Amino acid sequence: MSHTSSDHHGQRSTTPVAFIAFAWTLVGVPLAYGLYNTVKAAGALFGG
Amino acid sequence: MALPGFLQRERIVARPGFNRWLIPPAALAVHLCIGQAYATSVYKASLVTHFDTTLTAIGIIFSIAIVMLGLSAALFGTWVDKNGPRAAMFTSAVFWVTGFLVGGLGIETRQLWLVYLGYGVIGGIGLGIGYISPVSTLIKWFPDRPGLATGMAIMGFGGGALIAAPLSRQLMSYYDPTYVPSDSSSVPNGDAVAALFFTLAALYAVFMMFGAFIVRVPASDWRPAGFDPASVKKKALVTTENVSANNAIKTPQFWLLWTVLFCNVTAGIGILEQASPMIQDFFRTGETSTVAAATGAGFVGLLSLFNMGGRFAWSTTSDFIGRKPIYMVYLGVGIVLYVVLALFGSTATWIFVLTAAIIISFYGGGFATVPAYLRDLFGTYQVGAIHGRLLTAWAAAGVAGPLIVNGVLDTQGTPGQLVAANYRPALFIMVGLLAVGFVANLLIKPVAEKYWEPKAVTPATARADAERSSVR
Repeated sequence: MSHTSSDHHGQRSTTPVAFIAFAWTLVGVPLAYGLYNTVKAAGALFGG
Repeated sequence: MALPGFLQRERIVARPGFNRWLIPPAALAVHLCIGQAYATSVYKASLVTHFDTTLTAIGIIFSIAIVMLGLSAALFGTWVDKNGPRAAMFTSAVFWVTGFLVGGLGIETRQLWLVYLGYGVIGGIGLGIGYISPVSTLIKWFPDRPGLATGMAIMGFGGGALIAAPLSRQLMSYYDPTYVPSDSSSVPNGDAVAALFFTLAALYAVFMMFGAFIVRVPASDWRPAGFDPASVKKKALVTTENVSANNAIKTPQFWLLWTVLFCNVTAGIGILEQASPMIQDFFRTGETSTVAAATGAGFVGLLSLFNMGGRFAWSTTSDFIGRKPIYMVYLGVGIVLYVVLALFGSTATWIFVLTAAIIISFYGGGFATVPAYLRDLFGTYQVGAIHGRLLTAWAAAGVAGPLIVNGVLDTQGTPGQLVAANYRPALFIMVGLLAVGFVANLLIKPVAEKYWEPKAVTPATARADAERSSVR
């Protein structure tokens, strides 16, 4: 299992990179969906 | 009442090597869910028809929720600080989800009071606890970048509405095939809204519990690699002492910051509340406006983006230029922009859109930067509880902002016939408010020594001292 670089008193991180990536994806995907739809709606402002 | 073991703060102290970049997604998992509160307009018309009532009666649901947000954040802030983020996020999830379930039941059985109780009261408590739950934890994990950390979480609150609005439309069109989301005159039936409430309850339960179970608090001796605690001392206004929530509200600094937040939020709400009709009215000649209704909706979308982006960008910037200077920008530049909007906003669409968008980015930035400002002034000891008490300024602004704008516009004419000049009195009132906020911010000085916590008097302060020493 891969690990991230350190930040606890110089120790290597024991938190799996894959889990951090999963957590960010879980919140990032809905946010990207919301942003996409909002940008699409805002496009009407510029004649889009 | 004792908390179950898995919720207790002692159980979530991070082990050596825990990566702090897991904390922002935990915070976002909560804030992205509770941010739904700003997407209630998507089913407002449907509820008016379903309950055969007025828009005002339906609008009360949202008002109750925001008032409960302010009250619960103020009342439960100390409890949140004492019991830690997992207990707070878990409790917030239980209230927020129960609010949707009870509200959905109210819609299904056509009992409006149940919607008030469910979404308004119960859900509102979940909103308040959820809003403050990750703030002090993020500040402790990111002593080197508190503005960035709180900006990420509070950006999520803005982002929650961006997700919930299109998702709700899609789900309601699934539950009511006659509803066409792209047709502004199409309204989903009440059963579709009830089904939406139950679906959101399930989705939010999963997301918020995920956040609650991955969140951790740092060990008392933890600090980020490469972080020089001495650098904190060098910045003006940044204390290395701690002030309790009870003492904080006795300081002039708390009430000056309350005034700053109140003025900044009231001014922002003035535009947000009226965004869609406002842009049409600014470019109206006689009965017709050169700005179409669809364009007005696009303008609302653009403001949402700037509201969310401002939370992250301005709060992060405050880590570099300082909290007091960034509020001078929000309030000082805000004054100039409001004057430009009032005097020249109707001369070109781009001037109107650009000034309004920057004003709203300052509105969002004001929300996101305030926890870090509190940390600077009062330390980390009970920053969550102090933040909760400060949010009463938001509840007050939520009442004052619309009252000012609607009150002024009522004296100027009838909706649909207003023009740019009719908005000027309200906009100049906002300029005055921002000036009051600007002066209040200028008056903020470091907190007097008499309010500091004594060293290691109680186990709680001993723990706080240990935490404090790690960020010095």
